[in-house]
Amino acid sequence: MGQTFAEKVLAKKAGVEATSPGEIVEISPDVALSHDNTAPIRGIFEEMGGVRVHDPEMHAIFLDHAAPAPTTQHAENHRIIREFVRDQGIPHFFDVGRGICHQVLVEEGLALPGEVVLGSDSHTPHAGVMGAFGAGIGRSEMASVWALGSLWLRIPESLQIIVHGELPPGVTAKDLALHVIGDLGADGALYMSVEWHGDAIRRLGLSERAVLPNISAEMGAKNSYLPPDELVFDYLERRAQRAYEAVFPDPDAEYARKVEYEADTLEAMVACPHTVDHVKPLSEVAGTRVDQAFIGTCSNGRLEDLASAAEVLADRQVANGTRLIVIPASSEVFKQALGAGYIDVFLQAGALLQSPGCGPCMGNHMGVPAVGEATISTANRNFKGRMGTKESEIYLANPSVVAASAVAGEICSANDLN
Amino acid sequence: MSIINGRVWKYGDSVNTDVIFPGKYTYTVSDPADMPQHALEDLDPCFAAEVRPGDIIVAGKNWGCGSSREQAVTCLKESGVGAIVAESFARIYYRNCLNAALPALTCAEAVENIEDGQQIEIDLEAGEIRSSEGTFSFPPLPEAVMGIFAAGGLVPYTRQRIRKGK
Repeated sequence: MGQTFAEKVLAKKAGVEATSPGEIVEISPDVALSHDNTAPIRGIFEEMGGVRVHDPEMHAIFLDHAAPAPTTQHAENHRIIREFVRDQGIPHFFDVGRGICHQVLVEEGLALPGEVVLGSDSHTPHAGVMGAFGAGIGRSEMASVWALGSLWLRIPESLQIIVHGELPPGVTAKDLALHVIGDLGADGALYMSVEWHGDAIRRLGLSERAVLPNISAEMGAKNSYLPPDELVFDYLERRAQRAYEAVFPDPDAEYARKVEYEADTLEAMVACPHTVDHVKPLSEVAGTRVDQAFIGTCSNGRLEDLASAAEVLADRQVANGTRLIVIPASSEVFKQALGAGYIDVFLQAGALLQSPGCGPCMGNHMGVPAVGEATISTANRNFKGRMGTKESEIYLANPSVVAASAVAGEICSANDLN
Repeated sequence: MSIINGRVWKYGDSVNTDVIFPGKYTYTVSDPADMPQHALEDLDPCFAAEVRPGDIIVAGKNWGCGSSREQAVTCLKESGVGAIVAESFARIYYRNCLNAALPALTCAEAVENIEDGQQIEIDLEAGEIRSSEGTFSFPPLPEAVMGIFAAGGLVPYTRQRIRKGK
């Protein structure tokens, strides 16, 4: 019988012929990703008796969650991590300003087809955009991976999502993702390996594709995968840090569930407070006042996202009484956006630019909302209190909608501005 | 360790971590020994007083959904619960269970057939659940996880392996 992507890639890593859902295998990940939480993980590692990490090459460490440090405490946390990186001789370390871990892992050619990325971050499935198996794990588990170089994984059931057709103009992968999460629910892909198939997916550029695995955690997925194609292989041509071997599901693989969507019938969607599956068509929430708009994050802070926001903001001004914060996902994106003139457009429009990183997404710094304020954001999570205060509301949308809402001071589409 | 024998406590679908271990205690009750008195407090008020070592929870889909709090596993482990059998587990809950050396077994057939209050036996090595309603099998836990169980959890397990030079 054929195997799904997850069954196949984990069998390969475990050195067995085949695996089936529910089985447990012990595997060595190709990448162990950690970020600002590297310091507390080091504490657990030492409690376990760890002295030297199993394989310094396996680590990819990023300072992105509070970067640059907003407080002395955060700065001390970063100092401990830099010291750890130096002492352990970890080569893949990306200091403050380089960008968000999931984006930079891809840019640095460390998220590779057919490889396994384990990360102490819930959005680690992002690596699936390159055809990798990316899964989030806990801090104790990460400490154990550092020490032993391996971890047990349960072979997940697989959910096949097939998207036909082509997204209409103004409708993005973010809208597709929100539509699917709204449809399947926050536990719709619980513990599952999600596979995105269909001609509508193949038509998307890499930047848009990345939104799909990135946000799959919001429906409970363990990992989320897009079959890599020429677009991926070309991108990796000069970036891949090592040789890789792509893994594809067998045509006769058995899926626990299959769902199909027609891209052509989709519209712009907004995830409303306070859950990501509380999704409504944009038209139903249009007119909601926003105090702040935020374009960035690992979900939608790439060049194409900034391009679509710049298109809306050209020759327009952010509404009086509304703030627009733009944070490129990485220094590479920032540089390209500068070259393309987007940064100029943002500044002309009255937006403010911040250094690459997670920004206010989880309420650390760089533009947290006040009590009673509403934010519209391109992020992937809108839980109560996510951005710092429980007394505020977060709406999630695509970059064009967020930019248009910043101009209008209320939720709307770019077309509504004309 | 490999044979677990106890009374079944049967529950439904999507039992979340808030009813397994209420959020209001997560910062006030920090000693694991104090956690059992709140176990399943908002789901089954009889549970904490009546649970006996070795008892087995049998539940529907998505057991342990919600937050990632490890106390929702610790409170049951400290209560003496020997295993949890469910149709499915929330992913983080499942990992927390096995890393805390509490067997979490997925077996829809057993859930369908076994009733509340029955006495059942689980053989971890054989991968079998034996009851008056029949014997149901689940994929045996591999050596890696059995090793974690034998050590008493992931932290002591890793410590042992480090000491042995892996």
